[in-house]
Amino acid sequence: MVVSETKPNPVGESKPRLDAREKVTGAAIFGDDIQFGNALLHARILRSPHPHARIISIDTRQAEALPGVKAVVTGKGFPGYIGLYLLDRHIFCRDRVRYVGDPVAGVAAISEAIAEDALELIEVEYEILKPVIDPEYGVSSEATLIHPELDQYQVASFILPQPNSNISNYFKIRKGDVDSAWDNCAAIVERKYRIPHIQHVPIEPHVAVAQVDASGGITLWGSSQSPFAQRNLIAQALGISQSDMRVIAPYVGGGFGSKAGVSMESLAVAIATKVKGRPVKLLLTREEEFFTAFVRQGLIAYFKMGCDGDGNLLAMENKFYWDSGAYTEYGVNITRASGYSSSGPYEVPNVKTDSYCVYTNHPVGGPMRGVGMPEMHAGLEQCIDELAQQIGMDQVEFRRINCVKEGSILVTGGKMHPTGLLQCLEKTAEAIGWGHKAEASAANKRRGKGLALMWKAPAMPPNAGSSAWVELAEDGRVTVGVGGQDLGQGSFTVAAQMAAAALGVPYEWVRVATPLDTRYSPYEWQTVASRLTWSMGNAVVNAAKDARQQILEMTAEAWDEDLENLDILNGMVVSYKSEREIPLENIVIYGLPKADDQGWIGGPVIGRGKFMPDYVTGLDPETGQGERAVVHYTTGAQAVELEVDLDTGQIEILRGAAAFDVGKAINPELVRAQIEGGFVQGMSSALFESLNLKDGYVQNPSFVDYRIATSSDVPGGIQSIIVEVPQDDGPWGARGVGEHSMVPTIPAIANAIYDAVGVRFDGPPFTAEKVYLTMLEAGIVK
Amino acid sequence: MGFHRINLTVNGEMEQVDVTGYMTLLDMLREKLVLTGTKNGCAAGECGACTVMMNGEPVNSCLVLAVECDQALIVTVEGLARDTQLDPIQKAIMDAGGVQCGYCTPGVLIASRALLDRNPDPSESEIRAALVGNLCRCTGYIRIIEGVQEAAKM
Ligand code: FES
Ligand code: FES
Repeated sequence: MVVSETKPNPVGESKPRLDAREKVTGAAIFGDDIQFGNALLHARILRSPHPHARIISIDTRQAEALPGVKAVVTGKGFPGYIGLYLLDRHIFCRDRVRYVGDPVAGVAAISEAIAEDALELIEVEYEILKPVIDPEYGVSSEATLIHPELDQYQVASFILPQPNSNISNYFKIRKGDVDSAWDNCAAIVERKYRIPHIQHVPIEPHVAVAQVDASGGITLWGSSQSPFAQRNLIAQALGISQSDMRVIAPYVGGGFGSKAGVSMESLAVAIATKVKGRPVKLLLTREEEFFTAFVRQGLIAYFKMGCDGDGNLLAMENKFYWDSGAYTEYGVNITRASGYSSSGPYEVPNVKTDSYCVYTNHPVGGPMRGVGMPEMHAGLEQCIDELAQQIGMDQVEFRRINCVKEGSILVTGGKMHPTGLLQCLEKTAEAIGWGHKAEASAANKRRGKGLALMWKAPAMPPNAGSSAWVELAEDGRVTVGVGGQDLGQGSFTVAAQMAAAALGVPYEWVRVATPLDTRYSPYEWQTVASRLTWSMGNAVVNAAKDARQQILEMTAEAWDEDLENLDILNGMVVSYKSEREIPLENIVIYGLPKADDQGWIGGPVIGRGKFMPDYVTGLDPETGQGERAVVHYTTGAQAVELEVDLDTGQIEILRGAAAFDVGKAINPELVRAQIEGGFVQGMSSALFESLNLKDGYVQNPSFVDYRIATSSDVPGGIQSIIVEVPQDDGPWGARGVGEHSMVPTIPAIANAIYDAVGVRFDGPPFTAEKVYLTMLEAGIVK
Repeated sequence: MGFHRINLTVNGEMEQVDVTGYMTLLDMLREKLVLTGTKNGCAAGECGACTVMMNGEPVNSCLVLAVECDQALIVTVEGLARDTQLDPIQKAIMDAGGVQCGYCTPGVLIASRALLDRNPDPSESEIRAALVGNLCRCTGYIRIIEGVQEAAKM
């Protein structure tokens, strides 16, 4: 009988992805696949050819006269500002262009070709201004101001722009007394690194379709990580009600942060308002994708760190100049996140950090997988290696001594929660065979191993919220409503597993209400920060519990039993006392007859749930100190073994190992898939990727000139290790892991190259050419 | 504008389509036949998202003109499964966890199917070489490669 069966729990099992079948049959609908029929208009954008210039005049008359053109739009009709944390840009430029690619005008026409032709007919007169192309120079008083109106912009309370400068956010840490700590150090390492801009390179380019209905309501279909943020920000910029802005978000063909917030979507919306009723599609070309949506901002980082003779870290002094580009949709918060995480995953008594977000005339920096952490760790984890070597200590041992443990005092002054970082370190070191040096595969090759640690907290406002609903049909099957997106990481699958477990039904009974639609889906802040499993997961669990409670209360009353004796198992309501049982089907819609058979109780069941952290305190603006800076940190370690070819400088990654403390793996195979995918993306950024900027112009916006890892570059195996030290505020103890897997990859590879051939670089990518020339300079090869 | 009438077989169905001289096979499939499973990732022959089989060979459909397809046999991702019966390559890549966002998947499946058709027992390096033109930003390729190996055994 049912009652004696053990309670099935799909959480912790590697259930198959909900969306896999759709995706292998070509049935999955992405933004560009939605059919709009012949009414559809195509948009193209006229973009600034200059990094920095004043707009003197725009003449659109000829373009408007071209047959087939339905509208030509400029910034004239759109005075509103847009921005996630700092409202610093208009939808179309109005008086000034700030990067090559800045949108100046948009055309909607009956075909893409006609729209493209119309762009040629728009005449814009510019007055060239001096560009800022270096963030360190950008903070100086000589630099041209890119946003002279900075002090008038609306800004979130925890972002601190510096008026009359190019600094859109300045974040400080002042912990202990760094200056007097240096005297006690037995070894000090001081380094400067330059981390280049890279691009997310989702294989699906950005696409947005917008349509205005008869009553002025706007619908936007797009490839989006942030339908709700887009609703809010675009409505604000247009001065309309959020309820009149509807965003529908089908499957996303890769995002990695590039499709978060608002980038090109507002252009399609603005154009649609001028062609009343007709849908307008804007699809970025691959070239546009490389620099007109978001890029990962560049970083110039200075590190100084010291330890005593026993290897105890005593002090760190770090300075970060973030090259945020022309506007700072996310850059300001990346600056903040890198500040409050600036010690890396180490306990350091004295820390001084200055983190600047600097406007430059470069492409706009968006969030990218890891939001600042891969860039920051790239240098920091190399310095840690160097420091250990200076005092003659094994690098793993050095990390073991210094890494954060439960109760460690953090860089922001609060205490570290339980963490499995030490386990991650030990397991990764073991998996890569730390301490054993294997022979190189050929006489002209050198072999090396490298390891790095990481930590990362969700970078978000303290009160970013999630909500969910759970609804049951006549057959007892369950639909879960969420507002978080599945970008490929598997969030829908994980939501279904959690709902099934919390409700008491088989996983196969649960589906997720897609596509996301702000009109019907419950609110979710954004699909960023690796926060869905944790935050949206909490909301889904609460919704499922609410539905469960409704069902049990109804049954208790109908059966005249105590609630405590009832349960839902495998889709059956059961009583442990009376041993009665009844399937969920029908009762979740029609209810149950009352105990005395005089009428009915219950009715359609819809559970609702929400989650919003209420325990994040602010940080002191002068010291960066506070009780709880973030919700929590996910920690982890990664190691690689590689070979350097002395004849060519080519690096071959032979194998990788990685361990992350995910709190609880809701779906272990999906966690491993994230660990592998992030490793390869990190490897690609370490070895190949750089968006080359010269005087503000992008030099390599194509797959031919901007190379990403292919099937022939990846190692044969990556050992992915799951560590589970539960998180007190996570569902089943879960924390996020999507971004973390690419955070430690650059320094792990850099440390391994050093181990192999004894050279270091001031930044990635470690291309064959760069490695070879550096070895030549160092006299390692002739 | 001059239209050309072409006849071809797509996923086993005879089709007659009027196309302009510059329309690509990719656009014809997506726009004229509404077979949107085949994806556009670059429109320049560099990403492989648009891979389809043309007369048994994998091609980047964004580089093939529709007019060149008169009398051709085309297979797209929609043509891999028989009714509800998945092709072994679809099942294997799905089971191996080789699908994340799924945008590269149609091209990866076609390129892999084409490989297995001409070489039923490929080595790992042959698989890697066959997929080198199919960019995937999510999976890191490892599970895709495993999936092709599994499909070869099926
Ligand atoms: S779309 Fe054809 S190769 Fe990229
Ligand atoms: S699964 Fe996303 S690009 Fe391959």
